[in-house]
Amino acid sequence: MFRVAGYRLHVNPNPQLATRNKQIMKQFIGFLHKEFLHIFRDPRTMVIIFGLPIIQLLLFGKVINNDLQNSKIAILDQSHDNTTREITSKLLSSGYFILDQELMPGADVEDVFRKGKAKMVIDFEQNFEQNLERDGKANVQLLADASDPNTARILTNYASAIINDYIQKEKLQNIQLPYQINTEVRMLYNEGLKSVYMFVPGIMAMILMLISAMMTSISISREKEMGTMEVLLASPLKPIQIVLGKVTPYLLLSFINAVTIILIGTLVFGVPIKGSIVFLIAESFLFILMALSLGILISTIAPNQMVAMFVSVLMLMLPTILLSGFMFPIENMPVPLRILSNFMPPRWFIIIIKNIMLKGTGILYVWKETLILITMTFVFIGLSVKNFKIRLE
Amino acid sequence: MEKVIEVHNLVKKFGSFVANDHLNFDVSQGEIFGFLGANGAGKTTAMKILCGLSSPTSGQVNVAGFDIYRETEKVKRNIGYMSQKFSLYEDLTVAENIRFFSGIYGISPAERKEKQEKLLKDLDLESSKDSLIGSLPLGWKQKLAFSVAIFHDPKIVFLDEPTGGVDPITRRKFWDLIYEAADRGITVFVTTHYMDEAEYCNRVSIMNAGRIEALDTPENLKKQFGAKNMDEVFLKIARNVE
Repeated sequence: MFRVAGYRLHVNPNPQLATRNKQIMKQFIGFLHKEFLHIFRDPRTMVIIFGLPIIQLLLFGKVINNDLQNSKIAILDQSHDNTTREITSKLLSSGYFILDQELMPGADVEDVFRKGKAKMVIDFEQNFEQNLERDGKANVQLLADASDPNTARILTNYASAIINDYIQKEKLQNIQLPYQINTEVRMLYNEGLKSVYMFVPGIMAMILMLISAMMTSISISREKEMGTMEVLLASPLKPIQIVLGKVTPYLLLSFINAVTIILIGTLVFGVPIKGSIVFLIAESFLFILMALSLGILISTIAPNQMVAMFVSVLMLMLPTILLSGFMFPIENMPVPLRILSNFMPPRWFIIIIKNIMLKGTGILYVWKETLILITMTFVFIGLSVKNFKIRLE
Repeated sequence: MEKVIEVHNLVKKFGSFVANDHLNFDVSQGEIFGFLGANGAGKTTAMKILCGLSSPTSGQVNVAGFDIYRETEKVKRNIGYMSQKFSLYEDLTVAENIRFFSGIYGISPAERKEKQEKLLKDLDLESSKDSLIGSLPLGWKQKLAFSVAIFHDPKIVFLDEPTGGVDPITRRKFWDLIYEAADRGITVFVTTHYMDEAEYCNRVSIMNAGRIEALDTPENLKKQFGAKNMDEVFLKIARNVE
């Protein structure tokens, strides 16, 4: 027989303590009320918090779009057989290309480019089908206007992928060719090479940085600038209560933003969420905490709102855009910048988000990045506390 | 009279710079104590220590009967503070500011409403209850900030250059409020640049380079230095030290 140990649960806690806690709660709610009044009364803050995320996302997703759709091409078909016709129709039904014109054999291909009518010309050799069936080999030439090299590369890649796919599936099965090696390219996790998949995590990192870190640092340094911080510090409020009171509204708003961005990403742009939504939200929460502690750190350094904003923009926004791998691949950066990018929190967050949303991986695959973010959070909080104490002395 | 501020050998150093060099003074309950000195004389530093915003390097400091080192929170409950920048939120209304600051000091909503009505009536601000602080003239803001600083009936109120940037008539009206508070038993500890304000204080201390060079009633100081007014007293002390 087990005996239940004779612990008595103190259901009736110290009544004095209870009223004290209640009072602290009331103080806190009063503080939050005031903070939200500050936020809702300032049009600029409102625009940054609620307008910016949506504008950014739509801008990056719709306007600054690296994807190619409906690119004009010309076709020079010297064979006019079933295979070339089928390939042509495959190309045109892919959505990437529309036919500008069919060229007659002997036409001036360069003239097409010079007039800027088509971005690519597809040239099938004579007796294409015959050659393919007899030798298992036929030539098609893809001519692209490389005055815009990125577009040219993407167009030729798309076209050759479509052509190869067709040949593999429709033709080669019937032809016995020994030792033929086929290379097949598949763009995993983002088969359509859609750049919006890249932008959603990037914008999320940027917006959360902006709202959590920048707005918090501005709002705290505003109290310093206006002299109200001294009044708060001379009041019975503890510094930790003041910091929590300043930070909580931005925590809530950032969270709303994170959810909004995820929703727009999935509903408007069709970005998948293959992994767990709970995990995605938990990681976003971690990133917000990290950004908030960074904001607090900035506010302990900055004497006024202007400095807070400058530091935030120069040290947070630009590096987030340039060094986090959001716009430019980290692998292509020179070594010093590559090293520097390791210290950019968004870099790790973007990796985590992409893993969860596009690959559907769990914590096992992103624990390292998660740990880096947690460490950064603690470092920022530690530095803030240290700075704060120095200032008080 | 009960002593509400007791300072013995207060020293505050920032590195090798001595901001407060062995300060000694007492302030009694209900007294209006003027804390004068040129910029950088160390008066703001001393005041921040008394308010618990900064801790002293050494020395004994009691405020409102509590030790500044060990009982900072109790000290803070019993004082009010008004900073140079008049310390209300510009983007909140008069009523919202009152509500916020009474919340911090744990004043119940019922008590707040009653006091708020009286306050607004006394200041003739009833019609501006829902105006943003930012829209009020500076003189009104200062009066309101002072009233909010003593809204929770503290034992002592600390005023850091409360009347900067307003004309002498507005200053005079502000001082009427200070006298009223002192009559109610609230001790007023005020730093100022204006020598006409020094005349209004019960006692005045004059600081220079971190030290208290003189401390007495304005009358006695004028006699002691053979001066017609506080302005002269101040200049003579500054010259003596140099």
